Amino acid sequence: MTTTVFLQLVTNGIAQGAMYGLIAVGYTMVYGIIQLINFAHGEFFMFGGFGALAVYLWIPPVQHLPLLAALPIMLVGGMIASVVIAVLAERFAYRPLRNAPRLAPLITAIGVSILLQQLVFLWYPQPGGGKVQVGVNAPVQFPTFAGKPFHLGGVLIQRANLLTVIVAFLCMAYLAYFVAKTRTGRAMQATAQDPDTARLMGINTDKVIVVAFVLGAAFAAVASITYGLRFGQVSYDMGFSAGLKAFTAAVLGGIGNIYGAMVGGLVLGIAEQVTTGVLANYHATQQWGTAWQDVWAFLLLIIVLLVRPQGLLGERVADRA
Amino acid sequence: MRSASLYKLSAVVAVGALTLAGCGSRGGSTSSGGSGATTVEIGVDAPLTGSLAALGLGIQNSSDLAVKTANKNNEVPGVTFKLVAKDDQANPTIGQQNATALVADSAVVGVVGPLNSSVAQSMQQVFNQANVTEVSPANTNPSLTQGPNWQTSKMRPYKSYFRTATTDAIQGPFAADYVYNDLHLTKVATVNDGKTYGAGLVQTFTQEFTKLGGKVAVAQTISDTSTDYSAVVSAVKSAGAQLLYYGGEYPQAGPLSKQLKGGGVNIPVMGGDGIYDPKYVDLAGASAANGDFCTSVGAPVESLASAKTFIQNYNAAGYSAAYSAYGGYSYDSAWAIIQAVKAVVSANGGKVPSSSSDFRQKVEAAMQSVSFDGVTGHVSFDQYGDATNKQLTMYKVESGKWDNGVKVGTFTG
Repeated sequence: MTTTVFLQLVTNGIAQGAMYGLIAVGYTMVYGIIQLINFAHGEFFMFGGFGALAVYLWIPPVQHLPLLAALPIMLVGGMIASVVIAVLAERFAYRPLRNAPRLAPLITAIGVSILLQQLVFLWYPQPGGGKVQVGVNAPVQFPTFAGKPFHLGGVLIQRANLLTVIVAFLCMAYLAYFVAKTRTGRAMQATAQDPDTARLMGINTDKVIVVAFVLGAAFAAVASITYGLRFGQVSYDMGFSAGLKAFTAAVLGGIGNIYGAMVGGLVLGIAEQVTTGVLANYHATQQWGTAWQDVWAFLLLIIVLLVRPQGLLGERVADRA
Repeated sequence: MRSASLYKLSAVVAVGALTLAGCGSRGGSTSSGGSGATTVEIGVDAPLTGSLAALGLGIQNSSDLAVKTANKNNEVPGVTFKLVAKDDQANPTIGQQNATALVADSAVVGVVGPLNSSVAQSMQQVFNQANVTEVSPANTNPSLTQGPNWQTSKMRPYKSYFRTATTDAIQGPFAADYVYNDLHLTKVATVNDGKTYGAGLVQTFTQEFTKLGGKVAVAQTISDTSTDYSAVVSAVKSAGAQLLYYGGEYPQAGPLSKQLKGGGVNIPVMGGDGIYDPKYVDLAGASAANGDFCTSVGAPVESLASAKTFIQNYNAAGYSAAYSAYGGYSYDSAWAIIQAVKAVVSANGGKVPSSSSDFRQKVEAAMQSVSFDGVTGHVSFDQYGDATNKQLTMYKVESGKWDNGVKVGTFTG
């Protein structure tokens, strides 16, 4: 194992981890405010990718733009798709259960997730203008950068990976500004600390909750587009494993803490790549390599939670159940 | 696995409904022999939805074409064939539920399918107990016909199971032989998807390749829920492999090829019949896929004179999906069942045996001696239920398309 190979694994891990982090922010914000583990968040992520692809395929001029110029337009499409779905889910599936026992919204979230996944599975038309075959959805192709990856020493940096990291950094910077400096952001913090007092102080908590869903979904849409660019495909079931990993990242970083979500994502992404990559590199250990990727990821989660039950950046708080 | 549990639930409901429907129609289908033609059903089980649907729909449509042709030509006088299609979503659990539903329908005598060897494993026993003939156009795992210890002592586990496709016992070594003797490469990496088909294919490839003197530098397994293969790519890169042999199907193989070439490893990817589909090139991207290889069962359908009529009729029928990799084999599988029914009916004085279990047993026995010239060549089965036609073709991606085959042959050891 040379240093170059190791650095290559770390680089890939950072890109994968930044994507996990972007999704994890959505889990953690919603949990921080209403203590709901929104299992449908993986599907908001998936909708973002399909929304962006829809803009790309169905508005023909977008396809003829250079990809970098088309991306902002696709991003708008992706965000609209996932934000609309998130707001609808919040309004019609979660809000009516706001004061119900905690298990009810949790099960509802799983229901929403299955519903959204099957909707895309059944109705998303085949690209290329062919017949719409209901239920026949192989992974759908997503446009990718044509250029060669950048060389940095011996390490290859894929264009899409670089973009993922830059975009994740910008998103986190905006989120930090939003939460700390804007009125809505401070209202959000107040609601997270004590929703009843926040309402007594005149904060519209329903609005704050919607804002949390909107921001989470928008970040998920960004993550989804980076997923499409990196792997060249989106599929109706992509939200499941990505959502599960992102949820792990949120818990790893300390659920409820937005910076913890990104840190957890990066730690998970790097650990996943490095453990599997290093093991796969040696002949004696290669059978514990890529096949065991998820084992290493979740083993890490268990170890961190044993040592620090509140997560890496989490604070020990009394449970408000 | 949230989606899987929903599938399971809906499949249970569907199977329940179908079983009830089967009960209701049972009297009707067997008693209709008096005046008009008797309806004999042929089942199809393949993944009709999900990522392998392109292959599954080809199997369904080609079997449908065989049934329609038999009805049109009055192939078996006094018998009208009817196709009953089931979707297994490439999932062994759903496959077994489908098998149970097909067995419960007493008009079903034979089934074409499934696509996946892992699904076949869960269906074989159900069909065997009911003597329902099963003919797979696509299963290539050797243990399905020759038992789990096929390398040392061959033993046929299920006498109702037949296949028209060649096995991996020939496919893997055929590929290994090509890599070592035609491409002159001695150091390869192998990757499989951990499923019955993929792991088995890589195993037979590895055995032959190391026997020839080659070296497998890296052996990795990937999961079909993962899309990020960069750890595999760096392992392959630092091992300096000259070719990557993949055991699995195109939904993972395409992206793997893309990420491999994108990661700066410019070596060809080679796979089995599971990646022989245009979708492979779509997912990998033409520039990455160019130069990749795959083996597939039989001689190229397009090159066979016997296949001309099949292709013509298939296109004329206006199916929305292409016949894809297993179309010719599916047609031949359905046709083999029709021929067995024909033999049974003519031995029974031109009538369908009145008892359905008797009919099923006789069809199963008649399958063993079926022999005809089909779309893919001469069709007949050996003592294990394997096709006697063991042709394979090596295909290569040239300018964004699978070519018409760079080598046709078989492996004789």
